[in-house]
Amino acid sequence: MKRTVFKSWWLPYLLVLPQVAVTIVFFFWPAFKSLQLSLFRVSPFGDRMTFVGLDNFTKLLADPEYYQSVVNSFIFSTGVTVLSVAAALFAAALATQRIRGLTAYRTLLLWPYGIAPAVAGIIFLFIFHPAYGVLPYFLSFVTSYEFNWLLKGWVALTLVIAATAWAHIGYNVAFFIAGLLAIPASVIEAASVDGAGPIRRFTAITFPLVSPITFYLVVLNMVFAFFESFGVIDAVTKGGPGQATEIMVYKLYKDGFIGLNLGSSGAQSVILMVIVIVLTMLQFRYAERKVTYS
Amino acid sequence: MSAVGAGQLEQVRVRAGAAVVAPRKKPFDWHALAVHALLMACIAVIAFPLYYAFVISTQNLQEVVQRPPLLLPSSHLVENYAAAWKKVNFGRMMFNSLVMAVTVAVGKIAISMLSAFAIVYFNFRGRMVCFWMIFITLMLPVPVRLVSTYEVIGTLGWLNTYQGLTVPLMASATATFLFRQFYLTIPNEMVEAAQLDGAGPMRFLWAFLLPLSWANIAALFVVLFIFGWNQYLWPLMITNTEAMRTVVIGLEGLIPRSGTELPTWNLIMAGAVMALLPPVAIIIFMQRWFVKGLVESEK
Repeated sequence: MKRTVFKSWWLPYLLVLPQVAVTIVFFFWPAFKSLQLSLFRVSPFGDRMTFVGLDNFTKLLADPEYYQSVVNSFIFSTGVTVLSVAAALFAAALATQRIRGLTAYRTLLLWPYGIAPAVAGIIFLFIFHPAYGVLPYFLSFVTSYEFNWLLKGWVALTLVIAATAWAHIGYNVAFFIAGLLAIPASVIEAASVDGAGPIRRFTAITFPLVSPITFYLVVLNMVFAFFESFGVIDAVTKGGPGQATEIMVYKLYKDGFIGLNLGSSGAQSVILMVIVIVLTMLQFRYAERKVTYS
Repeated sequence: MSAVGAGQLEQVRVRAGAAVVAPRKKPFDWHALAVHALLMACIAVIAFPLYYAFVISTQNLQEVVQRPPLLLPSSHLVENYAAAWKKVNFGRMMFNSLVMAVTVAVGKIAISMLSAFAIVYFNFRGRMVCFWMIFITLMLPVPVRLVSTYEVIGTLGWLNTYQGLTVPLMASATATFLFRQFYLTIPNEMVEAAQLDGAGPMRFLWAFLLPLSWANIAALFVVLFIFGWNQYLWPLMITNTEAMRTVVIGLEGLIPRSGTELPTWNLIMAGAVMALLPPVAIIIFMQRWFVKGLVESEK
């Protein structure tokens, strides 16, 4: 489609200037610096830089602590994604049935999205509190296992996964409700005339029809868990106990920002960049209907 | 099943329905009952952590630590919230969060509207370069440029300032795409009519596009306000003074990390409730805009 356009040789540049300026100064330049840092060794006072090629990368990949943070990141993101997407699909499928009070139900499913992961983490911290928390208290009737996140890595990981998934559930519910409402009612009704019960209708018709959205949400949740969940780790576990909840972004923060190991942090940035590029490409590959490249 | 088949079945169903509609009493709807019960169970599970946080925030320390746990609100609400408020300068932190959330949201919307307008309504050299540059910001979240961005902010002298907290977050690929998509749906005739009336580009943007964009702006504002309010890593890096802390990171100040001080969990939970109340209230009261903004702006 040919659009009518305005003519001016300077105005369009002025209009894109604020956005492009922010993009260059705070996105491209720092990203370029990170790439550059990853190939250099910086002296402790930051005054001398020595080119070391891929040294920072080989060191990083030989480091068992880094390897552990990669494993933690994948466990964490997969846990958050599976828990949050599955629970949201279940809730959204119920909240799109024809019953009374749907608006109120939907509001009550959406609001957790307003909660910052860090705040969710602090609330779950107390729910899991080994001495006063309500969860270890009730578990103590069932098992004598000591459910203490300060001592046991997997309990700490469960804590941060549960808190993050909780904070993200409203987001997924919003998408699933939109997707489910887009399914023509006649398709579902046809199946119910054919004698399919609610569960069969869901597995045979509804689920295949929302599977593109499900995939899309899986990718978005992975991005969220990888890159936006720093707060829950920092506010609750600080990567501990030991290294049990140290995800890649937290390790990068610790090494680069606290430890001032600039070469290693540059290399870690580059590896994270590769991950986010792969995830973004996946996301757009399966969401082409949403963005049309002119 | 083919679309034709579904359509025929639909017709059969409608005809069959019309025949039996009048006198029969409707049978009890077990399906609806089951859906209500399951939904309530879901909501109970989802709401429990918040309910628990609220309950703890109304108890005194004895009630907090008592076994079995007391799962009902007590009478210390006002004193706990007042104590938490005073202990970490909550007023200042809430103000900082508000400034950050509103400025980031308004800034993102404004610069995205302008750049989408330029990309849709002008032909200029470098148009596609701008488009792709904005697109690529999606692949550069804060963590992948952590240390270098901090250095840039330091060089600009923006540490512990509101511009440091807000300006670097204002680039927005998603908002730009949303406005671009929206402008593309506006019929050409409108631009032509405006041009015939002698309206220049800025007048067209201000008098025609802006009034049509309010629904998109409101939807984006809700989503971006929540985004800004809930930032963690960015304010943690950019600010280190108490006067510039936002509430989401300042909350941690209520949790003692040394073993000598007894954690006052009732105050911590009071703080958590206050920190989450503004964004949650916005979702509840502006639900329609929230859903629109979330679903439509997400790329």
